[in-house]
Amino acid sequence: MLRMLRKILKIGLITEPYSPNSDFKLERIGNACKKIIDAKFKGSLAVRHVDAGSCNGCELEIHALNNSFYSMERFNIHFVASPRHADLLLVTGPVSRHMESALIATYEATPDPKLVLAIGDCGACGGEFGCSYASAGAVANVIPVDGIIHGCPPTPLNLLQGILELLRTDNQIDAWM
Amino acid sequence: MLTKETKKDIEVRKLNSSEWQKIAIDTARQGYRFAAIWAQDLDENFELNIVLELQASYLLLQTLIDVGNPSIASFTPYFPAANRLERHTKDMFGIDFIGHPDRRRWTRHQAWSREQFPLRKSFSVAKIPGKVTPPDSAYSFLPVLGSGTCEIPVGPVHAGIIEPGHFRFQIAGEDVIDLEEHLGYTHKGVEKIAEGRTVNQLIKLAGRVSGDSTVSYAWAACAALENAAYLTVPERALHLRALMSERERVANHLGDFAAICNDVAYSFPYYQLMRLKELWLRLNGTIFNHRLMMDCIIPGGVKYDLGAWHIQELQKQVTDFRSELNELLFIFEAHSGLHDRIKATGVLTEKQAKVFGVLGYVGRASGAKLDLRRDLAYPPYDKLEVRVPVYEHGDVLARLRVRFQEILVAFDLIEQLLNTMPTGEIYNSWVSPNIITEGIGLIEGWRGEIITFVRLGSDGLVERYFPRDPSWFSWPALEQLIHGNIVPDFPVCNKSINGSYSGVDL
Repeated sequence: MLRMLRKILKIGLITEPYSPNSDFKLERIGNACKKIIDAKFKGSLAVRHVDAGSCNGCELEIHALNNSFYSMERFNIHFVASPRHADLLLVTGPVSRHMESALIATYEATPDPKLVLAIGDCGACGGEFGCSYASAGAVANVIPVDGIIHGCPPTPLNLLQGILELLRTDNQIDAWM
Repeated sequence: MLTKETKKDIEVRKLNSSEWQKIAIDTARQGYRFAAIWAQDLDENFELNIVLELQASYLLLQTLIDVGNPSIASFTPYFPAANRLERHTKDMFGIDFIGHPDRRRWTRHQAWSREQFPLRKSFSVAKIPGKVTPPDSAYSFLPVLGSGTCEIPVGPVHAGIIEPGHFRFQIAGEDVIDLEEHLGYTHKGVEKIAEGRTVNQLIKLAGRVSGDSTVSYAWAACAALENAAYLTVPERALHLRALMSERERVANHLGDFAAICNDVAYSFPYYQLMRLKELWLRLNGTIFNHRLMMDCIIPGGVKYDLGAWHIQELQKQVTDFRSELNELLFIFEAHSGLHDRIKATGVLTEKQAKVFGVLGYVGRASGAKLDLRRDLAYPPYDKLEVRVPVYEHGDVLARLRVRFQEILVAFDLIEQLLNTMPTGEIYNSWVSPNIITEGIGLIEGWRGEIITFVRLGSDGLVERYFPRDPSWFSWPALEQLIHGNIVPDFPVCNKSINGSYSGVDL
């Protein structure tokens, strides 16, 4: 136990610190997200990830958002285990035809109003897999999509940036108020 | 064509289809391990290939099957490991495996009909017009009957940030009586869409069969192409490939180690190891322009070279990480709470591991010793000293220990690679052989042995691509090792295996 505490103290806080003059991108993007979330989502944006046929590359980077460097929860964005608790779905693609129904069911299980982001080049357009007998391609081919985060896979920073852009630009969010 | 002379690592035996059952019985008796099966449509015939392995010697069995009545003896009664791969071959080609104990489909859900076979040449890759693909709710799981038993269906959409698949638990109270997996949800038609690609397009696809193993898959596909085209790879490029492969191994082991601890609510290692993983990925990004090192391996070599500054950074990181991990290891091994949850949990016996032909860290935690880096010693590992940690107790703890030791081995290998980095070119240009040619690539990915088969047409385009992920064998092992465990221990058992969904759904 003492060794653990000693290690924790030695490493300290690695989450990149915030200062008003900081040019650190993550911090600026994150805090911009937080402001909108505080104002429009009562301080909590619940996110549900859905893998609709991805190669698992995007999943690794989405996972990284939880590590201490990004620590996305400090911007009031947190992952939830059920679509029923979610405000936002992060859907990675391409949507395999075997996942089509499950994705639609997940979308329908998410309470309105809801947002959907298609993640990665495959989620955007089918990517390397395109449309075929096995793949329905882009997420937008299967459920309504509000925004896209490109990249193969997008980096954690791209992901956060994409969430911010959605929160900033999506007109329907204001209509919910 | 694959001939005995051209493929030095593999002995090829062409057989009459009537000899198929006899060879299955003979090789099973001799102790061979089942490694792969794939078919290809050669118009008049289907050619069926089976790869077996005994003490790192590979045997490729080939036979032709009449397309009019495609059926052949099943290997599954003699090699249980062949079960799902034969069913996959049946779904994709319509080849009937006589004597197969499980008549259910595997890869096929509801996206195409039972009369359609996607890997036959007559089947079009194009989208099948029509409505939304219905859910696959009619798959018949083996029920457990009796008072006090019930069923828990889980998935395909899981609660975490994880790939989709279905698990059907049969339980009595908290005890798992039986578990059946139903995969195939991420089937993206990889084998079909590979057809007609250029070699560069193929490598791009190979790097996305299982994104966590992008380096290994790209390397295995390139190795198959280079094998087919007799293309040599510069020594420096081989070193760089191995460097990336070891870095991929470390990144995944760190992440999984973290997640296993998190699954038993031990958050300290989760945050420490995820911190290390992030630093590791960031250096990948700096040096290879991609955090996961996607698209860095090309036919004939690699895309990016290292500068002197890079080598220093890589060396420094290994030194720092080694000391941090040794410090953390001491803490994990002294933590009774962690041991209480993972010791004797999810035991895969040595015998089960052998029967299911389990590979990689899952096998090596249950006494299976094979590691292609040492045992096949493909370059550049032929010049390196590869230590292979093996444990016998087969529980989650053993798998965790193997992974930890493998991280330390990878550090040693990275240092050896950097210290002996040859000078020279980083690729030899790809020259299309312009004849029909085939090759096999064998690479030890972080999950274990990856086998890749490639056939090129005389136009230089891909006619067949088949990658075999090690998870084909660790997924069935998960169904075995969960017996006698409780439902709440499933996540940690599953994570300790961490089978790829995308890699087997194809």
